[in-house]
Amino acid sequence: MDRAEQRARLITARDAGRVGCRSCGLVAPLGQRRCTRCGAALQSRDTQSLQKVWAWWMAGLITYIPANIYPMLRSTELFRTTESTIVGGVVDLIHYGDYAVAAIVFVASIVIPIGKFGAIAWLALILGRPHAQDTHRLHRVYEVVEFIGRWSMIDVFVVAILSALVQFETFATINPGIAAISFAVSVIFTMLSAQSFDSRLIWDRLKEGTPA
Amino acid sequence: MYQVDDEIAVRDTRCIRCGHRLTFGRRGAIARVVGLAMTSAILMGLAMFLPFLNLTSGRNTVSASLVEVVGGFADGLMVPLAFAVFGFILVLPLTRFVLLIFALGPVAAARPAFPGAALALRWAIVLKPWAMAEVFMIGVAVALIKLSGLATIGMGSAFWVLCAVVLITAYQETFMCRHTLWTELNSARA
Repeated sequence: MDRAEQRARLITARDAGRVGCRSCGLVAPLGQRRCTRCGAALQSRDTQSLQKVWAWWMAGLITYIPANIYPMLRSTELFRTTESTIVGGVVDLIHYGDYAVAAIVFVASIVIPIGKFGAIAWLALILGRPHAQDTHRLHRVYEVVEFIGRWSMIDVFVVAILSALVQFETFATINPGIAAISFAVSVIFTMLSAQSFDSRLIWDRLKEGTPA
Repeated sequence: MYQVDDEIAVRDTRCIRCGHRLTFGRRGAIARVVGLAMTSAILMGLAMFLPFLNLTSGRNTVSASLVEVVGGFADGLMVPLAFAVFGFILVLPLTRFVLLIFALGPVAAARPAFPGAALALRWAIVLKPWAMAEVFMIGVAVALIKLSGLATIGMGSAFWVLCAVVLITAYQETFMCRHTLWTELNSARA
């Protein structure tokens, strides 16, 4: 039996009038409120999933704006204060020739957050109505987005360590700017947005006749 | 929906539709998860107070522990940021280890599970994406390179201990087979 045939024969818990627990995987009768094994709330489909996704997404986007406009770091060296934003920090690193580190910071603080906003919006738009997309690809995008979000926190931790270490110095100090907080909050919001997806929607909203 | 027989559960199985790993095919998963969680928890306790980084500029050398590193910038507006960083890199990873030990420790020792064990295991799984010790270590590396021009920085013992915690946790995750953990916890409760 090949994979396509196996997939066609697959019976989901919902088809069988049951609900699977998303926490421990145990199957319960449809309509049961809580899982008897792990105590998690059971819901065959989260009907408000996309609303939650969009709400967290917008909150994340709003806090991402000040994170880029305001300084991430303020460093004072002998009475001279310089402020650098996220992009400014990357430019500085390139300037000093640290290309590898510049690439890490660029990917973690610019590519991943913007890519995440795009990917979540794309998924949420497609899943809002019946679709004929490749379910495998949608699911892959969903998994990548969910996995990768936390790595954006790198820059926040960098700022934290820099400011903590350098303040022991007498001539120079580094302080986190307001953007550090907005960036951290933005990462948290987009992680919540990705977690709000009910991934089962990917298969539910398939147009009739499209292979799963 | 799958019927997972004992015979199948010793192998690595995946959902045919989404590729979610149903079983990991790991024997003795519970004992290993508990053992590794205990190791990590003890190391984490050490890592908090041992010197994390040493900074030398001119004749001055200062060393800062993780608690000092995070507490260092906790004034005014930055207090919430300090709390968040402290939570992500120390409190949440440590909480996960304690929850896992609490939930699965008695099962590993062939005793009845504590009341609330299911809740503890569920939360240990929920908290996983929020425990960011490994992300923090990459951040430390980036910060060290940024500072390399300014001062000489040495890694303290806590730095290496935290590296070990990150590796042990990654190894522990390969044993976090939900099917095995939940079935065995359930039979220990009954």
